[in-house]
Amino acid sequence: MLLRRISDWPTRGWTSSFEELESMRRQMNLLNRGLERGLWREPTPGVFPLVNVTEDKNSYHVRAELPGLKADELDISVTGDTLSISGERKLPVEEESAQYHRREREAGKFSRIISLPSQINTGKVEARCADGILTVVLPKAEESKPKQIAVKAS
Amino acid sequence: MTDTERKALQAKEKAEVTSQAEQTRPGVVFTPAVDIFETDKEITLLADMPGVTSKALNIDLHENMLTLDGDVKSPERDDEVDVMREYRTGKYYRQFTLSQVIDQSKIDAVLKDGVLRLRLPKVEAPMPRKIAVKS
Repeated sequence: MLLRRISDWPTRGWTSSFEELESMRRQMNLLNRGLERGLWREPTPGVFPLVNVTEDKNSYHVRAELPGLKADELDISVTGDTLSISGERKLPVEEESAQYHRREREAGKFSRIISLPSQINTGKVEARCADGILTVVLPKAEESKPKQIAVKAS
Repeated sequence: MTDTERKALQAKEKAEVTSQAEQTRPGVVFTPAVDIFETDKEITLLADMPGVTSKALNIDLHENMLTLDGDVKSPERDDEVDVMREYRTGKYYRQFTLSQVIDQSKIDAVLKDGVLRLRLPKVEAPMPRKIAVKS
């Protein structure tokens, strides 16, 4: 009896065509699930603190929510195109006799390095911490700013 | 319980409020993380509400229902474009039912660095009074 190869992939050998379709279906399911999560991809578990980076013509703005942290408890440093934020969140120690009903806030150290899309002017970086929100304004380096090119009509 | 180990903070997504009632203004509403503890004299509530200023915070205590309502303005100016957005900005709202009776005149609220410390002194137990019997 002749064994006929249904699949034309030499490595597969004897396999039913339905198996081929099965594996394709599984791949499509995975793809669909990935798309279903939507355009809003929250980082899980992510690195603390979560940051929002925005840019305007001249600078990048990096914002992070750091409740309970004062300006002098944060350690912020910059290099050519990265920003590093680190510190420690401490929860104040309460009375010995306190009975906790809920404990949802967390304390601990954090450290995060954020890469920026282009070089920044490290000398002019400003950081502000108000109401638990840290805002760092990083002016773009001169060579990274877009230059207008005049179009000559000849 | 004291946790002396210095471990790294984990990032958590903010818990969004999913309620039946719609907000009058559009926007996302989050539930702030709170610590509640009580001593003999008072109940203290600590809530993380970054971005809320004292003017934008409404605390209401009505029939043993405590409501925290903090408004947060979007910090980005109009000419800024998003490069990376990992968290959303929105109001903070949370309600609690208090089992104890609170002395409303002595409630103390301090909002500093985005953390609200709310002290709710309990009503003092009435002192036993001796009643003189007149003859």
